[in-house]
Parts: sequence; structure tokens; C-alpha cells
Amino acid sequence: MKRRPGEPGTSGGLLDVDGVSLWLSGRKVLDDVSFSLAPGEFAGLIGSNGAGKTTLLRVILGLQAPSAGTVRVAGQPRTRRGSLIGYVPQKILLDPDMPLRARDLVGLGLDGQRLGIPLPSARRRSQIDEMLQAVDATRFADTRVGLLSGGEQQRVLIAHALISRPRLLLLDEPLANLDIASEQDVVELLGRVAREQQVAVLISAHDMNPLLPVMDRIVYMAAGRAASGTTAEVVRPEVLSDLYGQHVDVIRVHNRILVVAAQRGEGLDVPASEPEPMVHEGA
Amino acid sequence: MLRAVFEPGFFSSSPVHVALAAGGVVALVSGIVGSFAVVRGQSYAGHALADISVTGGSASFLVGVSPLWGFVGVGVLAAGVMDMIGIQRPRGRDLATGVVRGAGLGLAALFLYWDTTHSNVTGATITILFGSLFTVSSTILPAIVALSVAAVAIVAVLYRPLLLSTVAADLAAARGVSVRLVGLACLVAIALAVSLSAMTIGTILSTALLIGPAAIGLRLSRRPGLAMAWSALAGLAATWLGVLLAYDSFYWPPSRHGWPVSFFVVTLIFLGYVAVQTITSRVRRA
Repeated sequence: MKRRPGEPGTSGGLLDVDGVSLWLSGRKVLDDVSFSLAPGEFAGLIGSNGAGKTTLLRVILGLQAPSAGTVRVAGQPRTRRGSLIGYVPQKILLDPDMPLRARDLVGLGLDGQRLGIPLPSARRRSQIDEMLQAVDATRFADTRVGLLSGGEQQRVLIAHALISRPRLLLLDEPLANLDIASEQDVVELLGRVAREQQVAVLISAHDMNPLLPVMDRIVYMAAGRAASGTTAEVVRPEVLSDLYGQHVDVIRVHNRILVVAAQRGEGLDVPASEPEPMVHEGA
Repeated sequence: MLRAVFEPGFFSSSPVHVALAAGGVVALVSGIVGSFAVVRGQSYAGHALADISVTGGSASFLVGVSPLWGFVGVGVLAAGVMDMIGIQRPRGRDLATGVVRGAGLGLAALFLYWDTTHSNVTGATITILFGSLFTVSSTILPAIVALSVAAVAIVAVLYRPLLLSTVAADLAAARGVSVRLVGLACLVAIALAVSLSAMTIGTILSTALLIGPAAIGLRLSRRPGLAMAWSALAGLAATWLGVLLAYDSFYWPPSRHGWPVSFFVVTLIFLGYVAVQTITSRVRRA
């Protein structure tokens, strides 16, 4: 796959993904993915379920080694990436009885990988308070994490990821399972925090529309391949048809973008708004 | 007044001293390690490890070593096997645990049979299954303390990585924590804790000491460290009070035989849990 329009190449940005491919049990899950993020840039990683978004995030995190290609974060290779990246996983399942307050989870973001028992200190406490305030989580700082709603948990996890002052924040489907109000809250919060903390954000989602107001760059994925650039550059019929390997139309209506494909006798499918995959891997 | 609570000789009896020391130490360990077993969803694994350690306990009577080494040796070995065949995957967890537990119990049945038929060890079955805190030898006390320190040291050193990987494995892995290694270490700590309590209150009841106080602790505090402290305290209180009641029960009519310590310990834990559950849910609703 050749470079996509708007693709700056390996320009020494904050995040450089260069020609990354990955085979898992004989299947090509990522196919020559390349894109870059500049410091402080807000990018959406858009694609339907199974397009390879979570896998790509795991490769960037260093949890999964690519079969080919390289990933560099601020010029650092895989082994030294830990402290540069903040990560918000798709969902956490915590028992409501689990003795862990929101502030405890944020504290683990500061030093959760260290050995031994943390000593309470005024500096540590004020750092945690400050972070909780930055994500509007002060109200439920002392509530057990397992008792919080989905949107509240997202805020706490974002604080957990940001408190170690990373340069890059990765979020895996943070808007899934949220109601529309919490969805808008979280998007607004992320946009604000990215500006305030000067952190680059890469956020995966199956629907690009909630992210349109804050997105500087889109990385659009289908069947393991990716196209990157501004929304205007990437979300065009020519680029997406090439990506999907079949003709798709892009419809802009009421400030929303719909990507529509005519599938073999199955009528319309709307990959950008529906969680169902339009192009199955290997298809 | 004091006479009514502490029957004569309680404070001067040396079996009581050993029982209070061994039982107390083991209760503290079970309370602390048990909290991790509960929040990590490994209660069943802890229960299975206790069952499997019966194999070692019953074999020890055949070869003539202290049951402590049998319990601990087989318990830790079983933790390793369970990790090897996939306890770290949520889906394989119960399966791996169940398979290893079944095999272990089979061997235990054989060894217990030999204990009672061939080598004529009287009371071996009762001792192994239900414990006998008053017969713990004072010579084994240093070993119990050393193993207890080891178990607590494991969870103390891995305190933060364990909490983090409990919240989400990926979250811990992204920070460079070896989730698998941390999980194995925690399982070994659980194996040590249940093996030790197999010595004191018996294998069948050791799960009660692992899970019960932990359940009380996480009801009483929202903070992980404090919940663990409450758990240790609840285990200690139940054990010491159990020892006292068991000692006193020698003087109870009509039989004047004395009731087993394990019964009192486990019953006290249960009553404590019911009380805490009732009170906290009433407070939460208010």
C-alpha cells in the first residue's frame, strides 16, 4: 500500500508509525500502516469493529511487536516508551465492592509500576487532587471506582493516564457504551485537556462524528489498512473506496458525515455510524 | 468476672501460647493475602489450593515429616502448575483450577487411605481436614513465622503492580509490569497462606480464613490498604477469640470434652461478616 494523501511520512514527529504490518495466526491484521502525529495534535483513529484499531493501539503501546515496520514515540524505540504514553483501556470491569477509590486509581497512574507500598505525602496528594480537578472528578474522588458510571470511570481513567505527564495519550473506544450527554462531555474534556497539557491524543472510535469538532487529524482504518490526513483530505469517496477496496460514497448531512457503501444486494451499510463491520477482514 | 471469661490455666498453658502465636500469625497472613485473592477473583483458586495441599499434608504422615512442609510444598507446586496451564486467562481460569484440584484430591484420597490403613496414624484425617491448633508443636513455630513473612513480603512488594493489574491487565502491561509474573507471585502467596492455615484450622476450613476476613475488610473500608488492615484484624480477632472459646469449652457441660477451635474461628468469622454486611448496607441506604 502506498502512502495516503496528507501523509507526512517519517518526519520525526511525536508519533511515527512507519510501514507497520502484523500477522496474527495467519491473518494479516495490520497492512502497511503509516502515519505521524505532531506534538499536541488531536487525532481520531476511525474504523469499524475488526478494522485493526485496538491492535494498532497495542502495537504503539509496545504490548504487541509488529511483524514489519517501526513505531517511534518522540524518537524512542519500543523499550523506552512506557512513561511517554498514557493509556486508557476500552473498559474496566471492577466489582462494586472493590476497595479502590477514584483517587487511588489516579495515584496508581503516578507510580503503579513501582514496587513496595506508597508512602502518603502532601505533594502526592495535591498532585492527585489537581488531576482530579482537571477532569472534573473531584465530586466522586472518594467513591469506589466500581460504583461509578461509565462516563465517570472514563474521567478517572483519563486522569490516571495523564497524571504521569505523558506526551501521547492513547484511548481505546472511550465513547463506547456512553450516553450522548456523557459522550459530549468526554470529547469536550479531551479536547480541553489536550490543549492545556500539550499532549497529543489518539482516540479510537467507530463513529467519527462526535469527534469532528476537536479532531485535527483522522487516521481511517479498514481491513487493517489506514489512510491519514485532515478529515477533508481523507473522508472522500476516492480515498475511502481505495481503502475499502470497493466503491463507497461520502454523504455530509446536518454537520454529520456518513460513509455509505452499496454491498452486494444487501442494501446500505453505514460503517462510520454503525458498529457492524462493512468490510470483513480477508474479504 | 475475669474468671468467667478466661477459664483457669489459660494464660499459663503452653499449648495455648503456641496456639495463640501460630494462629495469630497465620490469621494476619490470611487476612492480608486473602484480600488480594478476593479482589482478583481468585477465591476459587485459593479454595482449590487448600484442597490440593491436603495431598502434601497426608503424604507427610507417610514419610514422617511435619505436615507443614507437605502442605506448603504441594500448595506452591500446585500454584505453579495452575499458572502453567492457563489460570492467567480469565476463560481458562476455572477450568485450570478445577482440573488441578481434581487430580490433587484424588491423590489426597489415596494418601489418607494409606495413612489410616497401613501406617496407623491415628487422627491423621481429622488433623489434616479440620486442623488442631492445640497440637501445633512449638518447634515448628519459627518455620510458620518465616513462611508468613515470605507471603506478606510478596504482596507488600508487589502491592501497586498487583492493584494495577487487577484493575486492567493492559493498564499494568503498558507500564512495563509483567502481569503474568505478578499473577504467579500472588498465587504463590495465596498458596502459602492457605497451606499455613491448613496447619492451624485445617484444609477444609482454611478458605474461610482466607475469604471471610477479606470480605469483612472490603466492606469496612474503601481504601485498599485499610481494607487489608481490617481484614487482618478481623482474622486475628476471630482466631484468638476462637482459641479462648475452645479452651473454655473444656469446662462446658455436659460432656467436658472441649469443642474444636476451627469451629469457633469459622463461626466467629461468619457472624462477623453477617454483622458487618447488615450494618454497612443499612448505612449505605441511609
